[in-house]
Amino acid sequence: MSSATLLEPTHTQTAPTAPLISVEDLRVEFSTGRGVVKAVDGVNWSVQPGETMALVGESGCGKSVSALAVMRLLAKPAGRVAGGRIMFEGRDLLTLPESEMRELRGRDISMIFQEPMTSLNPTLTIGLQIMEPLKIHLGMSDEQATARAIELLGLVGIPDAERRLGQYPHQFSGGMRQRVMIAIGLACNPKLIIADEPTTALDVTIQAQILELMKDLSRRLGITLVIITHNLGIVARYADRVAVMYAGRVVEEGPADQVFGAPRHPYTIGLMRSVPRLDRPREYKLATIEGLPPNLLAPPSGCRFAARCPFRIEKCAIDPPYHYAGDGQRSACHRAEELAQGLAEQTAAVVAGTVGQATTEPLLVVRGLTKHFEVRGRGLMGTKGTVRAVENVSFSIEKGRTLGLVGESGCGKTTIGRTILRLEEATGGEVRFEGEDLVTASRARMKALRTKIQVIFQDPYSSLNPRMLVGDIIAEPLIFRRGIKKREARERVAELLVQSGLYADMADRYPHQLSGGQRQRVGIARALAMEPSFIVCDEPVSALDVSIQGQIINLLDELQERLGLTYLFIAHDLAVVRHISHRIVVMYLGRVMEMADRDELYAAPLHPYTQALLDAAPVPDPAMERARQPRALTGELPSPLAPPSGCVFHTRCPMASAECRQTVPEVREIRPGHFAACIKI
Amino acid sequence: MLRYLTKRILLMIPTLLGVAVLTFFMLRVVPGDIVELKLRGDGGTVTQEVIDRERTRLGLDKPLVIQFADWMKGLATFDFGTSMWTGRPVAEEISIRIGLTLQVAVMAAIISVLIALPLGTISALFRDTWIDYVVRVVTIAGLAVPSFWLGMLMIMGLLTYFHWSPPVTYTPFLTDPLANMSQLIWPALAVGYRYSAVVARMVRSSIIEVMKEDYIRTARAKGVFERLVVGRHAMRNALLPAITVVGLEFAFLIGGLVVTEQVFNLNGIGRLFVEAVSRNDFIIVQTLVLLIAVMFTVVNLLVDLLYGVLDPRIRFA
Repeated sequence: MSSATLLEPTHTQTAPTAPLISVEDLRVEFSTGRGVVKAVDGVNWSVQPGETMALVGESGCGKSVSALAVMRLLAKPAGRVAGGRIMFEGRDLLTLPESEMRELRGRDISMIFQEPMTSLNPTLTIGLQIMEPLKIHLGMSDEQATARAIELLGLVGIPDAERRLGQYPHQFSGGMRQRVMIAIGLACNPKLIIADEPTTALDVTIQAQILELMKDLSRRLGITLVIITHNLGIVARYADRVAVMYAGRVVEEGPADQVFGAPRHPYTIGLMRSVPRLDRPREYKLATIEGLPPNLLAPPSGCRFAARCPFRIEKCAIDPPYHYAGDGQRSACHRAEELAQGLAEQTAAVVAGTVGQATTEPLLVVRGLTKHFEVRGRGLMGTKGTVRAVENVSFSIEKGRTLGLVGESGCGKTTIGRTILRLEEATGGEVRFEGEDLVTASRARMKALRTKIQVIFQDPYSSLNPRMLVGDIIAEPLIFRRGIKKREARERVAELLVQSGLYADMADRYPHQLSGGQRQRVGIARALAMEPSFIVCDEPVSALDVSIQGQIINLLDELQERLGLTYLFIAHDLAVVRHISHRIVVMYLGRVMEMADRDELYAAPLHPYTQALLDAAPVPDPAMERARQPRALTGELPSPLAPPSGCVFHTRCPMASAECRQTVPEVREIRPGHFAACIKI
Repeated sequence: MLRYLTKRILLMIPTLLGVAVLTFFMLRVVPGDIVELKLRGDGGTVTQEVIDRERTRLGLDKPLVIQFADWMKGLATFDFGTSMWTGRPVAEEISIRIGLTLQVAVMAAIISVLIALPLGTISALFRDTWIDYVVRVVTIAGLAVPSFWLGMLMIMGLLTYFHWSPPVTYTPFLTDPLANMSQLIWPALAVGYRYSAVVARMVRSSIIEVMKEDYIRTARAKGVFERLVVGRHAMRNALLPAITVVGLEFAFLIGGLVVTEQVFNLNGIGRLFVEAVSRNDFIIVQTLVLLIAVMFTVVNLLVDLLYGVLDPRIRFA
């Protein structure tokens, strides 16, 4: 394997058959107000028939754009193919007349998109949308198309297919809509399916269901699959081959085992290190890739990763050619050989610092917290319904520690955060902060307390006022709440920016001039401006790219260490929560399922829901993924408007019995400090 | 569905009551008095006694609140009172004219939607080409040109170039459709132009918006013909904001008709309106305002129902 041959094309060595599709030297440009962006700049990848190939990379690396170019669906008139070939069954797709290309779409090549919520037409029935390609491409009659549509819905696991054909997209959940998209994709038995982030918008347990379904169907029907994703765990579990993209180019490609086992490009190495992992002991600091991807309006000459690369040498100013290794692995790095032979060890990440010494004194105690929302139904007076968003939740957070709150959408985790901040009024229970009950605190008192309790929001794009300068956003609470004079505030803003890993002169920029990660740092600086002792972090990294996510997590860790902050960390990503939290609460449909210290919870989860969550999350290691048999939870998340009786989890629980349907399980201490709400334990 | 309809119709009552209160009192705040205008209008001298007697006869001497109560009582029994000027029942004055006005209004609405839909769609699909620019100039002009002036241009144009002017006397549609249409098509076009311009602009911008949606990309990825992508996938969604404008602009249409009827010498509601206002004929004015308010709310109710037809999310909500 180490006998690498330089600059020799792969297929002479390893490809036994002709590829189904090969993208050759593809170049795609977008004209924008500020110039031409070379979104895809000389990309090559190919897929053998029956193979599953993954295109991996962070946002803006060109992975989706190259897929859209295959379908010839680039947004017009801004985007255009500037060069290259896309060979599919001996024809160059880029030179086909539009009418032939249209015939190909949906018949030979299907595409599944990221957002199941917006990818189906809301005003047309599901049946019509599935039958459309059948009628257009295969000339089926209404009866034939209906029969095939029912068959397809059965295939993708939608029960009661006949009735559901007449329904509209809004009557389906996100996971079900993605199943419908898959059914549409499969309709005409295509040779190739391109799935663009097919599960990014879905909950972990639903994600596992959808991916298992796609894998199973593609194997059974012999369909070639191209999955575009940023999730390395998904790649490890499902892909045969991987192409890693960075700044419009493929930096490394090869069989999944090889790329994961012996990565030959520093970007691949960095990407794998910066993901918090469920299968490894928690290290004190995540290794990160410092800096930001280059601006593709004016890409740097030479290796595009050089500016962020820890293995940078002088030669990197020259564009690196591909270095080929056995098994068709190739890497665009001058030092590919050295990397493969273990030079990587020398600059390994800072490992195992000391976790901050925490006291046992609780800062925040939540007891029996309940929040119900009244929703108006239909009709003249509107029959009322109650959403039990949070039901009798208790936990406490010790000073200087982080409590992780995990669960899927609708589990009430965000509502808890908002109730603690008094952005929502609690229906019942108490929230004691330094011994004082926030639920009953007067407005004036609350105003004073708010300086000690701050929040960092999920979406760094919409939570900062686009018309305000960064400096003013941070200075606002200083001037209006703490009465600091403008000039002093400016100095303090500069300090806060530096503390949050930004530059002091960024105070004079507008939010849109910053990247996502930088904006999230501004959000952190704004929260720190009040010198709080407690911060509610509501999904602070879920909108960010992997490498940026690591930087923000490290920053939060560092600030906790330095300023003795206490965090309530709300997230859906189990690995991220594990990395940052000391203690973890797992929620489902408004109730606490399990609560334990981090290591205990991940090492020995007790509740079947926690076990299922951990099972559903793929780990970025192909060998490990093959070894374990993923048990995807069946069924959908029930509606919080009509939660199941007894244990709310019983509808999806593999251990459920008649008793579970009747009794609401109490949260019991099963091992010291380890609580779970299940009667079967 | 039935419950929704009942609810909406019941909700119209407070709206209309508000309109009634506002118009009733606003009319009476305006200085001037129909009795003086009627009796002294020709410059003759009339004794105060005569004027007072006429006031009493018309019920103008009663306190305002009582007058209002009387009006409301009348409305509840479909007795709209009599014109203070002609002495004829209001219901009669309106009923002989409303057919004409409604016909022009409906024709204008149909013409403009028929023009606006293809125009707006083409403009959107050929965005930023010369086709789009032409459509945009035409629609901007539609917003800028007042309908009465356009009406005068039409009459002059017809006279100068075709030596023909539309008939002056009104023929009901059922008696002679051709004569009826040749008279009413012109005012309908004159007021419909603005209407179609507003709707076309809305259609254009909502088609542009919808064509960027993910489901349009999905439709294309399925290999759907481009004309089906537009006609089936985009149109239905784009119509939603467009029909809202159709409903709201209906008020402007009626407003435009008030003046345009003068230009085309049509004896319709608009004409009656103008005359009643200039004569301070409160009874007629307030009833007409209320009538137009009823038409407006009904049209918007229809629009909302149409919403439900087009968008299943609303239908099932």
